[in-house]
Amino acid sequence: MAPGGGDVNLFAEAIAYLLDPASWTGAGSIGLRILEHLAFSGAVLLVAAAIGVPAGVLIGHTGRGRGLVIALTSGARAIPTLGLLTIFGLLLGIGIEAPFLALVVLALPPVLAGAYAGVESVDRLVIGGARAIGMTERQILTGVELPLASPVLIGGLRSAALQVISTATLAAYISDTGLGRLIFAGLKTRDYGVMLAGSLLVALLALVVELLFQAAQSAASRRAEPISTPRTTGRARASERNP
Amino acid sequence: MIEFASVRKEYPGGSVAVEDFSLTIPSHAVAVLVGSSGCGKTTLLRMVNRMVDPSSGTVSIDGVDVRSMDPVKLRRSIGYVLQAGGLLPHRTIADNVATVPVLEGRSRRQARKDALGLLERVGLDTALADRYPAQLSGGQQQRVGVARALAADPNILLMDEPFGAVDPIVRDQLQTEMRSLQAELGKTIVFVTHDIDEAFALGDEVLVLRKGAEIAQRGTPAEILANPADEFVASFVGAGSARRTLRIREVGGRSVVVDGDDRPTGVLAR
Amino acid sequence: MNWLSQNLHIVGALLVDHLVLSIVPIALAILVSVPLGWLAARYRRARTPLLTGTGLLYAIPSLPLFIIVAPLIGVPVRSPVTIVVALTLYGVALLVRGAADAFGSVPRETMLAADAMGHAAWARFWRVELPLAGPVLLSSLRVVVVSTVSLVTVGAVVGASSLGTLFTDGFQRGIEASILTGLVLTVVVAFALDAIVVLAGRLAMPWRRAVAT
Repeated sequence: MAPGGGDVNLFAEAIAYLLDPASWTGAGSIGLRILEHLAFSGAVLLVAAAIGVPAGVLIGHTGRGRGLVIALTSGARAIPTLGLLTIFGLLLGIGIEAPFLALVVLALPPVLAGAYAGVESVDRLVIGGARAIGMTERQILTGVELPLASPVLIGGLRSAALQVISTATLAAYISDTGLGRLIFAGLKTRDYGVMLAGSLLVALLALVVELLFQAAQSAASRRAEPISTPRTTGRARASERNP
Repeated sequence: MIEFASVRKEYPGGSVAVEDFSLTIPSHAVAVLVGSSGCGKTTLLRMVNRMVDPSSGTVSIDGVDVRSMDPVKLRRSIGYVLQAGGLLPHRTIADNVATVPVLEGRSRRQARKDALGLLERVGLDTALADRYPAQLSGGQQQRVGVARALAADPNILLMDEPFGAVDPIVRDQLQTEMRSLQAELGKTIVFVTHDIDEAFALGDEVLVLRKGAEIAQRGTPAEILANPADEFVASFVGAGSARRTLRIREVGGRSVVVDGDDRPTGVLAR
Repeated sequence: MNWLSQNLHIVGALLVDHLVLSIVPIALAILVSVPLGWLAARYRRARTPLLTGTGLLYAIPSLPLFIIVAPLIGVPVRSPVTIVVALTLYGVALLVRGAADAFGSVPRETMLAADAMGHAAWARFWRVELPLAGPVLLSSLRVVVVSTVSLVTVGAVVGASSLGTLFTDGFQRGIEASILTGLVLTVVVAFALDAIVVLAGRLAMPWRRAVAT
């Protein structure tokens, strides 16, 4: 594959493939693959958020179980995603369940860590003040803790989203789904142009998602810290992820 | 009237913050609980608005046991001022002051309008209304904290070391203003501090507390200065120190008051 | 266990490949990132493009990055060079920010004091800035070490041999023991290299225990 020399041609080939109307029609069209990839990643993220956000908020709120979160996030970084995918694939078969489950497992730690760290970073004095003037626990949660925690919380979702998009690509190795299929199809037929086309699409998709989350995060920062300069957006993410 | 009847507070794990405390604070009076950190004074304060419930004994307001009241309603009916204000950093000054009235169902517009009046009352320029807490000085934040506590027009104000985080000059100023505010409003105030001078400056009645919130002495500032009950109180108020033992020297026909080191501190008024 | 004892020599060879593919990019990433991070910390104008650029680079998933990098440098995608270059890029993406934070955390007064004592710029970097930036630098290096070791395995799907080969082989041939061996060994390698970094940090900075991540 990709012999030295005519390498620029490979990019030309990839772009030609992407621009070819034939690639965008039929059962295995690029548009369909993109939708598949997005829907799959979105569903994983939703499930991970539905579990991880409430759990993380609870841990940050009560301070109980923080050791677990820290161990989980640093441990999760060491676990190779491909290993997790293949073992789930062997155990659960070639359906979509194996990659789905593996991805939820991978997405949980950053979501949990973001929610936990966000809520924990809220000044105790501010919460005490809110309670002292008679805000109910629910009002404290929704009116004080969540808005103030949101930049870090969204940072965790952002790490998880990138992790999921990345690993969803690998998931095509064990289950026929998403943009990874272009890559593995190209690999099988020794068509580097198609592999490259798939790779460029995934990279583009990841960048778009990254930029969207960045925007959401700085909007949340402006709300949580209206006058200071926006929080350095990379902080929450430095802690977790393994593309 | 606030009444503590044999209250005791033991935290899980066995540490006892309050051993056995009884006290009646008459309406419209300022009672100052003073003691070093960890003596249980803040715990006592928080029992009044049920941030802490006593392990045994009762706290009652105008004869009603606070435990029979809903904590959230109780807290909204009592003003609470914390150190450094405890303001919500993501809301403007006016919104901070308007928080409780809005929670109580008043229109945001009306609450914000009332907030401006309160800001003036505590000596703040209403131009600050749309700023955020982090844009204000410590002293200004503290004033906002007081304005917020007054927003629901409570009869009772609880103040937890409210001026502890500001520098001495601003603290003096805030104390003076608080005295004139109280002369005007006549709230029942429970004030917690570790600073005996602040206690003497503000309290109608001062309670010097030892560990476990045991009352070492209770009295007006003058009574405590004149006759410290024991060694502990004497050393806490600094009785016998140069600063507390003043004498008069005649200079140029005026009576100058000097301290134990002969440093002049003022003249007797004519 | 039976599978492992029969395949010990293969596993050993893959382990060596894995170590090489991990350690080389980590070392290269340090060499590139420390100066870049210093620039980002000291020059406002360098900061935004450097941090934005590396941040976006980090967003690109690993498998696509391998495939994009290979034709750019003119080597086959399965070549160790591809893996090393791509993982170095990831390491740089993470470490530049860490290094920028680390050098940014050195108090200005300390640097002024160093100047006042007569340190030349070069001496100030080696004797004052780098040691003081050390703990923060070390904590982001630990993240890089652990994630690099894990990422190396992805190369197996394009044929670059590493412990990841145990995943692809194990999956193709339906051998769970192979995948489990790969999982355990990858995690062990990650924690072992992490421990070495922490230990080296303690030896190099005896005045301070490493900042935990």
